Amino acid sequence: MSVSSTAASINWAAIDADPRFQLLHSRKLRFLMGLMVFSVIFYFLLPVGAAYFPELFKVKLWGPLNIGIAFALTEFVVAWAIAFFYSRRANREFDAMARELIRDAETIGRK
Amino acid sequence: MAARKSLYLAAGALSLPLLAMPALAQGAVGTDWRWLTFTVFAAIIGLTMFVTYLAAKRVKSAADFYTAGGGVSGLQNGWAIAGDYLSAASFLGIAGLISLYGYDGFMYSVGWLVAYITVLLVIAEPCRNIGKYTLADILAYRNDPKKTRVVGAISVITVSTFYLTAQMVGGGVLVKTLIGIDYEVSVVAVGVLMLAYVLFGGMVATTWVQIIKAVLLVIASILLVMFVWAPYGFSLPAFLEAAIGDAKVQAQVAALLGDASKNMTPAELGQRFLEPGLLFKAPIDQISLGMALVFGTAGLPHILMRFFTVPTAQEARKSVIWAMAIIGGFYVLTLFLGLGAAMNVGAANIRAIDAGGNMAAPLLAQFLGGGADSFFGNLFLAFVAAVAFATIVAVVAGLVLAAASAMAHDLYVGVIRGEHVTPQEQVKAARIATVIVGALAITIGIAAKGQNVAHLVALAFAVAASANFPCVLLTLYWKRCNTGGIMAGMVIGTCTAIGLVLVSPNMTYPLAVKAAAQKVVDGSVARYAAIAEAAASGDAAKVARAEKDKAALDKQVAAATGNLDRFKDERTSMVGLEKPLFDLKNPGLISIPLGFLAVFLGSLLYRDKRAEEMWDELYVRQNTGILAAKAQAH
Repeated sequence: MSVSSTAASINWAAIDADPRFQLLHSRKLRFLMGLMVFSVIFYFLLPVGAAYFPELFKVKLWGPLNIGIAFALTEFVVAWAIAFFYSRRANREFDAMARELIRDAETIGRK
Repeated sequence: MAARKSLYLAAGALSLPLLAMPALAQGAVGTDWRWLTFTVFAAIIGLTMFVTYLAAKRVKSAADFYTAGGGVSGLQNGWAIAGDYLSAASFLGIAGLISLYGYDGFMYSVGWLVAYITVLLVIAEPCRNIGKYTLADILAYRNDPKKTRVVGAISVITVSTFYLTAQMVGGGVLVKTLIGIDYEVSVVAVGVLMLAYVLFGGMVATTWVQIIKAVLLVIASILLVMFVWAPYGFSLPAFLEAAIGDAKVQAQVAALLGDASKNMTPAELGQRFLEPGLLFKAPIDQISLGMALVFGTAGLPHILMRFFTVPTAQEARKSVIWAMAIIGGFYVLTLFLGLGAAMNVGAANIRAIDAGGNMAAPLLAQFLGGGADSFFGNLFLAFVAAVAFATIVAVVAGLVLAAASAMAHDLYVGVIRGEHVTPQEQVKAARIATVIVGALAITIGIAAKGQNVAHLVALAFAVAASANFPCVLLTLYWKRCNTGGIMAGMVIGTCTAIGLVLVSPNMTYPLAVKAAAQKVVDGSVARYAAIAEAAASGDAAKVARAEKDKAALDKQVAAATGNLDRFKDERTSMVGLEKPLFDLKNPGLISIPLGFLAVFLGSLLYRDKRAEEMWDELYVRQNTGILAAKAQAH
C-alpha cells in the first residue's frame, strides 16, 4: 500500500469479497461472539448465584474461605484468561491475516 | 511561551492557597497535622504541573490536543485507562463497601473489571481503526454525518455531565471530609487545576496526569496491603480468620442483621461477613447494575477516547490488556484494604466520619502508620488523601476533554462549520470548549452541594449502555444499521434511561423522607430515656457508652428534624410522584434492550443509501486497519 492511497483509491467491495478477508472476518467474528457470550454468562452467574443460591456460596472450602469468595476470585482469573486467549490468537493469527490484506489493499480488485 | 509559563505558575499558585485556606470544618486529618497534608498535596500537584508544562510544548494541532497525536504506547495507555477509570467511587467507594458489608462489596467490584472484556473484544480495535477524535466520528462514518454528530455529541455531553457532576460533588465532599477545607474551595481547586492541565497540556498532559495518579494509587494500595497482610504471614485463610474473629466485624454484622442475629454465636456472625446478602437485598437491581457496567463501560466517551491516542489496533489491544491487569489487580487488593479497615479501624469509626464508608482506606492508612497522633500515621493518611485528590482531578480532566471534543469537534467544526476550518481554528475551538465545560463543571459542582449524587455515576453508565453502546456496536457490526437506527437508538436509549431513573426509588420522595424522620423523632423519646438510665447507673463503662450513644442520637434527631423542616410543604418528588413507580433502582435491565430495539427498528424503517454503500469500506477497515495510520494524519 503506497503512502498516497486514499479511501477512494481502494476497491472496498473487492476486498470484502476476497476469500482471505472472508476467512478473517468469519473466524474473528465466531471467536469473539463465543468469548463474549461465555464471559457475560459467567459474570452473571455471580450475582444470580449470590441471590438465589446463598447456601451454596456459604460452603466453606479452606478455613473461613467459602465458595462465594473463591467464585468471586475465579471471576478475576477468568477475565484475565479471556483477555490472554484473545490477545494470543489475535497477535498470532488475526494480525498476520490483516497485514496481508493491508499489503495488497491497492491491488485487490484492480484489473 | 513566557506568557503561558506565567499562566501555569498563576494556576498552580492560585490552587495552593485555595487549598491552604484555613477552615473550621473537622476532617479526618487532625489540625496539628494539616501542614503535612498540604506538603504532600503540593508535591503531587507540583509534579503534575511540571508534566503539564513539558506537555504544553508538544500540543500544537487539534490531534495533539484531543489524542496526543496518536503517540501514546499501549503500556502508557493501559495505565492511563486505569487512571481514568479508577475514580474516587471505585477507589474509596469499593474499599468502603467491603469494610461495611464484607462479601457484597467485593462482589460489586467484579463487574467493573468484567466490563473491560466487552471493551477488549468488540470496541477498542474497531474504534481505533476507523475513529479519529470522538465517539461521533464512528457514528458519522457511514451515517448522515451532521445528524449523527448532533445526537452523538448530545449523548456524550449528557453522559459526561452526569459523571462530571458526581465527581465534582463527590470530590468536594471528599476533600472536605479528609482535610476539612470548605466544600466550595475544594470544588474550585479541583476545577482550576483540571483546567490548567487540559487547557495547556491537552490530551498529552491529561494522559500523564492519569498515569501518575494510577501509579501512585497502585503504590499506595500495595503498601497498605503489605502492612495489613504481613502480620498473618501472607496467608489468605489466616487473614480471613483474623477478620471474622474480630469483635468489631462481628458487631457490625449484628448491627446490619438486627433481630435476625439474636441467636447467632460470635463465630457465626463473623463468618456471615464473608457471605452474600448484607448489602444487596434485591437481586434484580444487582443484575440491572451489572448490565449497565458490562455494556456501559464500552460506551463511556472518555474511555472510548483513550483508544484514539494509540497509533494502531495492536497497541489498543495491548492497552486494554494492561488496563485489565491493573484494574483487576487493584480490586483484588481492595478486598484486603476493606477487610483490613473493617478489623483494624472498625465500621463504627469509619461511619462516624463518612456514612458511605468512603474513609475506610484513608483511615486504614492512618492506623497502619501508627495512629491519629503519629507522624507516619498522618504521613500515610496525607499520601492517600493526596492520591484521592489526584484521582478526582485526573478523572475530571478526562471527562472535560471528552465533553469539550464533542462540543468543539462534532458540533462546532463538524456541524456548524461543515468541516471547513483551519487547523488554528480547530485548536482554538477545542480550548474555548474546554473553558466552557470546565466553568460548567465548577458551577454545577457548587450548585449541587448537598445533593445525593451517588446514583449519577450509575446513571452515566446506564445511558452509555442504553444509547452509546448499541449505536456504536451495531454501526460497526450490522450491515443494515443506518442513520435512522442511530437517531432512534440515541434518543430512546438516553430518554428511557433518564426517564426510568426519574420515577425510580433513587429520587427523593418527601412523604417517605418525612415518615422516616418522624419515626426517628418519635422513637427518640424512649431511647433518650434508656440512655439517661444508663448514664445514671454509675458504672464507668456504661456512662461512657451512654455519652457516645447520646451524641449519636442527637445527630440523628437533628438530621431528622432538619428533613422534616426542609420538606415541610412538599409532597412529591421532582417529577411530581408521591412514591416511585417501580422498585428498579438501575434502569439498565429495561433501557438497554430498548436501546437495541430502537436501533433495529429505526434502521429497518429508514432508507439510507450512503450507510449501505459505505458498509464494505467500514467493515473492511474496522477488521483490518487499512488506512488506519492515515485516519489520524489527515
